[in-house]
Amino acid sequence: MKHILHEAFRSPKFVTGFVIFMAILALVVFYPLFVTDHPLAIIGQGTFFPPGIYVSVYDTTNAPQYTMMLPEAEGNRIGAKLGDVEREAMREWLIDFGIPRAEIDIDDTAKLMTLWDAYYDPALRFQGMTSARQKYFARLDASLEGLLVMEPRVIAVPNTETGAFEASQSIELTDFVNVNEVANVRVLPLGTDNFGRDMLTQLVSAIGTSLQIGLVAGTVATLIGLTLGLMAGYIGGLVDDVIMFFTNLFTAIPGIVLLILISYSIGQENRGAVTVAVVIGVTSWVWTTRAVRAQVISLRNRDHVNLSKLSGHSIFHIIFADILPYILSYVVMAFILQISSGILAEAGLSILGLGPKTTDVPTLGLMMRWAMIYSAHILNKWWAFFPVIVAIALISFSLNLMNTGLDQVFNPALRE
Amino acid sequence: MKGYRKYFGAKLIWFGVTLVAAFMLNFILPRLMPGDPVAVITQRVTQGMTSQTGVQKVYEEYANLFGTTKPMHEQFILYMGNMLKGDLGTSFSQYPRPVSDIIRSSVWWTVSLQFPAIIVGWLLGNLLGALAAYLKKGWDKVLMPVSIFVSNLPAFGSAIILLVIFGVQLSLLPTSGGYGFDLIPNFSFRFIWSVFVHYQLPFWSIVLISIGGQAIGMRSMAIYELNADYVKYARFLGIKDRKIIGYVFRNAMLPQITGLALSIGTMVGGALVAETIFSYPGLGSTIFSAVMGQDYPLISATTLIITLMVLFATFAIEILYGFIDPRIKAAQTEQ
Repeated sequence: MKHILHEAFRSPKFVTGFVIFMAILALVVFYPLFVTDHPLAIIGQGTFFPPGIYVSVYDTTNAPQYTMMLPEAEGNRIGAKLGDVEREAMREWLIDFGIPRAEIDIDDTAKLMTLWDAYYDPALRFQGMTSARQKYFARLDASLEGLLVMEPRVIAVPNTETGAFEASQSIELTDFVNVNEVANVRVLPLGTDNFGRDMLTQLVSAIGTSLQIGLVAGTVATLIGLTLGLMAGYIGGLVDDVIMFFTNLFTAIPGIVLLILISYSIGQENRGAVTVAVVIGVTSWVWTTRAVRAQVISLRNRDHVNLSKLSGHSIFHIIFADILPYILSYVVMAFILQISSGILAEAGLSILGLGPKTTDVPTLGLMMRWAMIYSAHILNKWWAFFPVIVAIALISFSLNLMNTGLDQVFNPALRE
Repeated sequence: MKGYRKYFGAKLIWFGVTLVAAFMLNFILPRLMPGDPVAVITQRVTQGMTSQTGVQKVYEEYANLFGTTKPMHEQFILYMGNMLKGDLGTSFSQYPRPVSDIIRSSVWWTVSLQFPAIIVGWLLGNLLGALAAYLKKGWDKVLMPVSIFVSNLPAFGSAIILLVIFGVQLSLLPTSGGYGFDLIPNFSFRFIWSVFVHYQLPFWSIVLISIGGQAIGMRSMAIYELNADYVKYARFLGIKDRKIIGYVFRNAMLPQITGLALSIGTMVGGALVAETIFSYPGLGSTIFSAVMGQDYPLISATTLIITLMVLFATFAIEILYGFIDPRIKAAQTEQ
């Protein structure tokens, strides 16, 4: 055993996989120590907030203010409202209106704005212009309101007696606050999902749940597969025939069909994460059974096993002392693969709507399902689905690398 | 041909047995639900229904459909009789459309999407795997990690990534459906072109997934064969490299064909989920909407059709294998 571990840690593939897996595990274990929010807590009112640092607008007005003269400030201010796309759109409208192209310089903000202010009319709709486009121009025009007016803004507070607004504070164009001094700042490295839940917190919790699902599914599948494989291989005869009949049967019938039928029969209310994991395990033991049986058959007539039989050892002693140690490597490899296929199976089931019930815990599959239902992929909200795919791929990639590494340790022919 | 009879006979019998087992599972699994399955389904379907007679009607409809009032063996005969007549019941989410009608309109989309994609992916994967084994250095170093990583993407993952890159970012290809939403199926050029364009993203995402796994398997097999004694012996005899490689790849291919027969079920499962990402009008999307609509007859029928498809494909591959594997041919001529 020690020797095998030693060998395994000299395989670069195994080590790479192991390091990635441990990093993921460390994230799952340590992240909740720093962020203690409930992973399903809804913090955002609205869907798909993009990743970034969210600063409370109210608190910035109360934070200490600093004056800074930055030469690029004005350019940035205009650029944020008037990007290249907007400038192109304005030119398009002006050309349609009848201004010669040569007269429009979209790089000169002041000139462009003068032209726009002089001619733009929201009621005009040119031939071929959709009403969506017309509304777009109206919105653009509204957002440009006061763009070039560089006046301070005034914050007003209603007087409790008269109800009239009274200026309380004037915000200069050169006023700045330090983010560290604003009372409420929330960093959302992966934004929020369709319900307004913090994606990163949810993702970390989902990785944890999915790993547990994989672990339970893998354990169930390996235990069933190991028992059946040992029985089929060691006892042989009729037992072998019956077990192999069912093994072949469940190899031929696609696992997803069984998963769908059983999950649906259990019903949404009764499907917790553990139930789903057990169902996945119960439907995916065939490969382990096959591998274990093949190994046991090649072992059962070896000298040391025969010797053990002659010495009158019980069948359990023979299996545990003389057979299991020899097939342990295959069982471990099969177990590793079962974990990763269990995680994938949960994801697939959840996307179809047959995963764990949605109110309990987040899983990678459920996150994927909601992102798909809310069309995050079509709307290009990458943060709602891409990190989930990467997480699934990384988990199964690391497990498979470990498996390949072990395979090379046990099968010298495959070594480079 | 006569000699093959035993091999094909055995395969045919096994095909029949699995077929019967598939029908039985489809029959038994929903009946294993604790309690009265009809009551459970009725309660689920009639959620929010206030009319007591309506609920009663639904209950009777289901009790009739399953024949739960009769003993098990009679139920099974009733069920098989309905199956043979092609009567799969009536859909609940698309009432009063018969389930067989829904299946008929979606099954060909799935068949013509998945099987070509799996075969193309299998061929490309084997080619790459063989190349990696033969060229070893350099190529191997690049191809292998990439294949391993790609094969670890779930099918829906590659589907989404392709969709976002080619459908959303580059706007080259449509993102959902089997044909343009403004078209009615007909034999015009415009419709066929639309189907072709909509076919690309689902097709390539399935191909991409099957390539990786096949390449890894083929590489291991080819390396194993390249080190076999017969290769060394053939080299001693001075047989040309190209001819040896021909033998090696033929031998390495055989387990890959068996592997395809064994894993086609898993691949179809993944591809079904990928279908739902593209809202492709196949069986995957049918299951998706059936689950949404709590449409039990439709779920049951769709899973049955998928099983039949996979069993049939496996059977076809095994028949093909019989013709290709020289050992089976040799076993026949000996007799």
